[in-house]
Amino acid sequence: MSILNSVSPARSGRFGIDLWWVPRGILLGALAFAIFGPLANLLIWTVTEKWYFPHALPLEYGFSNWAKVFAPRGNALESLINSVIVATVTVIVALALAIPSGYALARLKLPLRSLILLAFLVPQAFPELPVFVNVARMFYELRLNGTIPGVVLVHVTHGLVYAVWIATAAFAAIDRDLEQAARSIGASAPRAFMDVTLPLAAPGLMASAIFVFLESLDEFTGSYFVGAPDVNLMPLLLYSAGAGGNYQIASITALLLLIPSIAFMAIVERFLRADVLARVGH
Amino acid sequence: MGEAFLKLEQLTVGYGANTVLHSIDLAIRKGEFVALLGSSGCGKTTLLRAIAGFVPPSGGRVAVSGREVTQLPPDKRGMALVFQSYALWPHMTVAQNIGYGLKLKRRPKSEIAARVAEMENLLGLQGLGARKPGQLSGGQRQRVALGRALAIDPEILLLDEPLSNLDARIRLTVRHEIRALQRRLGITAIHVTHDREEAMVMADRIVILKDGHIAQQGTPEEIYNRPASSFVAAFLGAENRLLLQAERLPGGSGGGIGEAVRIAASPVSAEALLPLAGRDLQSGPVEARFRAEAAELLPAQAGTAPVDGALTLSGHVTAVSYPGGQWRHGVKVGEADIQVDAPAAFAVGDAVTVRIKSGDLFLYPTEGGASRLAAMPPEGVGKRSAEVVEA
Repeated sequence: MSILNSVSPARSGRFGIDLWWVPRGILLGALAFAIFGPLANLLIWTVTEKWYFPHALPLEYGFSNWAKVFAPRGNALESLINSVIVATVTVIVALALAIPSGYALARLKLPLRSLILLAFLVPQAFPELPVFVNVARMFYELRLNGTIPGVVLVHVTHGLVYAVWIATAAFAAIDRDLEQAARSIGASAPRAFMDVTLPLAAPGLMASAIFVFLESLDEFTGSYFVGAPDVNLMPLLLYSAGAGGNYQIASITALLLLIPSIAFMAIVERFLRADVLARVGH
Repeated sequence: MGEAFLKLEQLTVGYGANTVLHSIDLAIRKGEFVALLGSSGCGKTTLLRAIAGFVPPSGGRVAVSGREVTQLPPDKRGMALVFQSYALWPHMTVAQNIGYGLKLKRRPKSEIAARVAEMENLLGLQGLGARKPGQLSGGQRQRVALGRALAIDPEILLLDEPLSNLDARIRLTVRHEIRALQRRLGITAIHVTHDREEAMVMADRIVILKDGHIAQQGTPEEIYNRPASSFVAAFLGAENRLLLQAERLPGGSGGGIGEAVRIAASPVSAEALLPLAGRDLQSGPVEARFRAEAAELLPAQAGTAPVDGALTLSGHVTAVSYPGGQWRHGVKVGEADIQVDAPAAFAVGDAVTVRIKSGDLFLYPTEGGASRLAAMPPEGVGKRSAEVVEA
């Protein structure tokens, strides 16, 4: 009797765990489908020749659209290179602005800090279209329209919010004692910043770089008004293909757009590793 | 004893309208170990940071061996600060942390390595050079922080409550280690603490701060046995507080004991004649303070007869506890509650006589009169310092 009593709860417990996996499996499956379903759809479209309504799968497969995209008149490579150049320069400029301003903001008293941080949101508070139309008009007078510096400027204003906010958080998380410890044993203020503050803020700054990079790759409205038609960027190509109902070209362009993002994240992740590990357990 | 090595003159620090330090004057000799003691918010850490150069003074001067450093940045003062949080750099190894100050001075790599090894040996950190601070125990981190400060051979070592994050047992050994190290290296040290015992054990001289002023300074023995004010007495453990009426007597009238003070009789205290012994007193109400362990507890029948040179009180026991060593008794004397230690326990409710020798009784003039033995439990200042000492 006592043996039975002691065994039965254990068995039912084990059953309970087994049964729990059913809803969990369903949930995980649904999640995976939500994430990978659209991606799979996109991948299928890139190799589709013919696909129309009632059919669940394409009727013909082929690579003819890849040839179209990479044809000299396709503009794909040029806009890919342009996009990467613009995004990279945008990251550099945004970080060059975000590092000093984020550091200054992190060391400011709190009420003033949140006020200034809110001010960075102001460009985001207005509809993009009227803003960029006016920017385009001004840039036209300044001969910045249709130039890479012009597009970079637009992307920087767009990405600076994230860059400054994340950089401020990264610097604010660093204990002032750590800097002062360097000062007290003989480091000048810039030296303490370079040796202590910057390395410790690096993971946060890398995160803000990723954000700015992805924002720049994605940005459409500003690129359209300031860049087009002289500076061709991937989102513009994607838009014209998609708007024309050419899902094959749009899908291939979208796939190409993923390449720099994934490459950038892989690079950043490599840089990040040592520093993040050093902070674990601190 | 030689002239001042570190000299503070009229040092004043304020944030906006709030003055944290009021005209601090302090002279510290070379090789001296000074403890800045006070409860939280008294300005002791601000004073240390002002000396280090992290808090700009609103007035006054800081000078090191005759050279004014008031306006110099922290890195040009030849001091090294050990932080309460240790402030070790998590992205550097122990060896890099310790060697950083020398790297700044552009010393050759071999010299840095030798100095780091020396520090590791000195502080018992052998074999930990390649670890990151996150992999060290609290005591080891504390020693790395100390090694980092000592590696640059600073003229002045500033310690900001470096022991407060350590376990009680480690703290006791580290106290002696730091003190021994400071003696051996002949370094001038300023140690901020809120722990009275820590200050007493480590320092050559204790500076007690209260509300941005120096309340008293002196050797541990001086401040313990001759506290200059009721605040200092309470801070150093004389928590028992009574209000008495005193009369100052001229020399010769006190039965051959020189200048004397007579404590008036009251329902709970017998008249007592005590030598003045340098006390700064006039006739009038006085505040009496004494330590629980300095008073003698006697059965009421045996000790009622007043003894010369001692204050005798009568009361009854309200509580008994055993904190170790002696029994601690809560005694109600009139309206006041006091604590008295005795080697043997009395029962609650026993009538007792409390006797305090003149040397153990601290008397201070009070403001505002209280003509009888008044109902004043130790509160305010005394209670606050008690909390701080326990913290």
